[in-house]
Amino acid sequence: MENDNVLLEVKGLRKYFPIRKGFLQRAVGQVRAVDGIDFHVYKGETFGIVGESGCGKTTAARCIVRALQPSAGEIHFRAGGGEMTDVANLSRDELRPLRRHMQMIFQDPFSSLNPRMTLFDIIGEPLLVNGMADRQQRIERVEELLALVGLRPEFLQRFPHAFSGGQRQRIGIARALALNPSLIVADEPVSALDVSVQAQILNLLLALQERLGLTYLFVAHDLSVVKHICDRVAVMYVGRVVETAETQQLFESPKHPYTEALLSAVPQPDPTLRSQRIILEGEVADPANPPSGCYFHPRCRYAVDLCREQTPVLEEVEPGHAVSCHRVLELDLAGTLDAPVPQTAHS
Amino acid sequence: MQDDRQPILSVRNLKTSFFTDEGIVRAVDGASFEVHLGQTLGIVGESGCGKSVTALSILGIVPRPGRIVEGEILLRRETGNGQSQEVALTSLGDSSSEMRSIRGAEIALVFQEPMTSLSPVHTIGNQIIGAARLHRKLTKQEASELAVELLSLVGIPRAEGAIDAYPFQLSGGLRQRALIALALSCDPRLLIADEPTTALDVTTQAQILDLLRSLQEQNGMAIMLITHDMGVIAEMADQVVVMYLGRVVEEGPVDTVFGESKHPYTQSLLRSIPSIHSTPKVQLPTITGTIPHPYNRPAGCPFHPRCPDVMPGVCDHHEPELQSVGDEHLVSCFLYHPVPETSS
Ligand SMILES: Nc1ncnc2c1ncn2[C@@H]1O[C@H](COP(=O)(O)OP(=O)(O)OP(=O)(O)O)[C@@H](O)[C@H]1O
Ligand SMILES: Nc1ncnc2c1ncn2[C@@H]1O[C@H](COP(=O)(O)OP(=O)(O)OP(=O)(O)O)[C@@H](O)[C@H]1O
Ligand code: SF4
Ligand code: SF4
Ligand SMILES: [Mg+2]
Ligand SMILES: [Mg+2]
Repeated sequence: MENDNVLLEVKGLRKYFPIRKGFLQRAVGQVRAVDGIDFHVYKGETFGIVGESGCGKTTAARCIVRALQPSAGEIHFRAGGGEMTDVANLSRDELRPLRRHMQMIFQDPFSSLNPRMTLFDIIGEPLLVNGMADRQQRIERVEELLALVGLRPEFLQRFPHAFSGGQRQRIGIARALALNPSLIVADEPVSALDVSVQAQILNLLLALQERLGLTYLFVAHDLSVVKHICDRVAVMYVGRVVETAETQQLFESPKHPYTEALLSAVPQPDPTLRSQRIILEGEVADPANPPSGCYFHPRCRYAVDLCREQTPVLEEVEPGHAVSCHRVLELDLAGTLDAPVPQTAHS
Repeated sequence: MQDDRQPILSVRNLKTSFFTDEGIVRAVDGASFEVHLGQTLGIVGESGCGKSVTALSILGIVPRPGRIVEGEILLRRETGNGQSQEVALTSLGDSSSEMRSIRGAEIALVFQEPMTSLSPVHTIGNQIIGAARLHRKLTKQEASELAVELLSLVGIPRAEGAIDAYPFQLSGGLRQRALIALALSCDPRLLIADEPTTALDVTTQAQILDLLRSLQEQNGMAIMLITHDMGVIAEMADQVVVMYLGRVVEEGPVDTVFGESKHPYTQSLLRSIPSIHSTPKVQLPTITGTIPHPYNRPAGCPFHPRCPDVMPGVCDHHEPELQSVGDEHLVSCFLYHPVPETSS
């Protein structure tokens, strides 16, 4: 797999958080937020990570940009077209020259912007930190970035609180784009946006990718968005990857029961299709105390005894399609092509 | 359940503005709608169109430099023995004791910004226990049991343990669920949910929506659901209100608004949704033009600079008003109404 086209390769990535209790705050256990994941991202593609709330998507994304120190594993990143470097254990100083090549767009456009900084300061900060000392030059670049994400240049001296949620997410995107990074790690970048702006941002991300050759690692829970923008997708469940495949393949013929349930739960913009979803029964698995065997077995309608006893491993069942399920070869699961095609009102 | 025709909440010609140094932002500019017990009203519209400010106005918590400048917000309150009475929230002081007893008790809000509405220094459990005991007669023990029950109802694993967690220890989705539990702890009659499931994945979203629906069936709670997710609206809402630049441009039963939308804005919104059935990687149809400058609203129909069906000389000179185009179906557009004789 050591391939010139690979921009990012994650191997055995783990992140455990201690659970602390009592007056002395002793660690009494750990949350296995990310519990050994492997995947690689090709240059210029969009790689999606989807999965249930709390399954570790954000933690994985934050480890990759090294906002968090991984507990174990390797993160190989090709910065500026050079050699692959394992960034998992680099020090702050060693990371500094690499950081500009990978930028993050956050899930929460509210808490990710400093309320005491103007847009000019927020978006211009990475420019300043990276040596663009000339104020006029920075103003021009920030104005350019604002225009790029559909904000007015007059907003330059405004503070983030005066903007609505959608506008604030654009600010975050402008900031991430400031240094022309090669990898953008986007954590739910459009989930706070209403549909029409979401469409604009998705179009913008696609256009920017084409123009600048950007690579996206795209964390999202909206499967329609993932289907629209991603080339390949990894599905996570309780800290692990349970399925990876090319997007079309994953949606048409999912091979993991959790993926099947996910696909069926997508709300369709058509009131006549109400309630045709599989509501997953059972407790949401707890990453501090995961079930035995296959983590999905308490909620899986295909579970057999083996599933309770043995942990399945992620294995390639077809070229480019890897699944972690004991019964992968016997099951015939429903993809989205089997669902009725919704009649959108005006198409 | 109460008479369907008596809404629990009526918003009439609500106008809320922010008086900033640069100018006046008319965040809500004449919005009217009703919410009924046992029903869900969905509010959709572009970012910045005033959905959250509408919610804040109802609760009397519009931050400065904003305030309600016109209009009425009427809440129907039970006065005991099956009677009810309308209270004009707009004439109560925002920090009056009556408004405080309504806020969080009769009307609960699930905020778009979970981090700003959960206290970072108190555990999730203590926040729910505190809120529940503030508005309901419960012992500490009962409130604590309620907290655990609510947290597991909203799908938080290890609920007994989670009550001891601080908000920063939870993922975005878990935080959002904790917030929903907090809102439900007071057994509100009207739940205003501002993007309640936006931070959640689809399976958890399905669970939460299911929970809201069953609570609504059980106790007839009214829900005002603000979301940009047309899928969630299609799934949940009975009535839909489409807002643009602070105004309601279309309103009607969910099937009508999705199946026979009339307003060019609603039609564009529906077209711009990526679907799991559509062609990937193509540019999605978007609404042309940009959202107008909030200080500088277009004359005439607020949508005219972006409208594919604009009629020059009409739409840029006259303001359309929300009028009936069919059974319970209201639209504000000159394609369906005669142009007034005198210009406004
Ligand atoms: N504190 C404030 N000061 C000035 N303007 C404000 C303030 N809060 C909101 N606004 C403005 O009011 C308008 C309506 O904002 P609101 O937050 O209600 O939008 P929204 O419909 O909820 O959008 P979103 O979908 O992005 O959450 C926007 O133009 C916004 O910029
Ligand atoms: N700082 C922390 N301390 C302890 N536990 C944490 C911390 N950050 C995250 N966790 C836990 O790790 C798990 C994964 O969280 P993460 O934020 O990565 O989930 P996610 O997949 O991004 O979820 P969502 O879709 O809700 O954003 C959760 O169980 C969460 O509670
Ligand atoms: S291994 Fe068993 S429990 Fe796990 S997904 Fe496959 S069938 Fe279901
Ligand atoms: S009134 Fe005119 S500009 Fe406004 S929506 Fe109707 S056709 Fe378009
Ligand atoms: Mg997350
Ligand atoms: Mg809002």
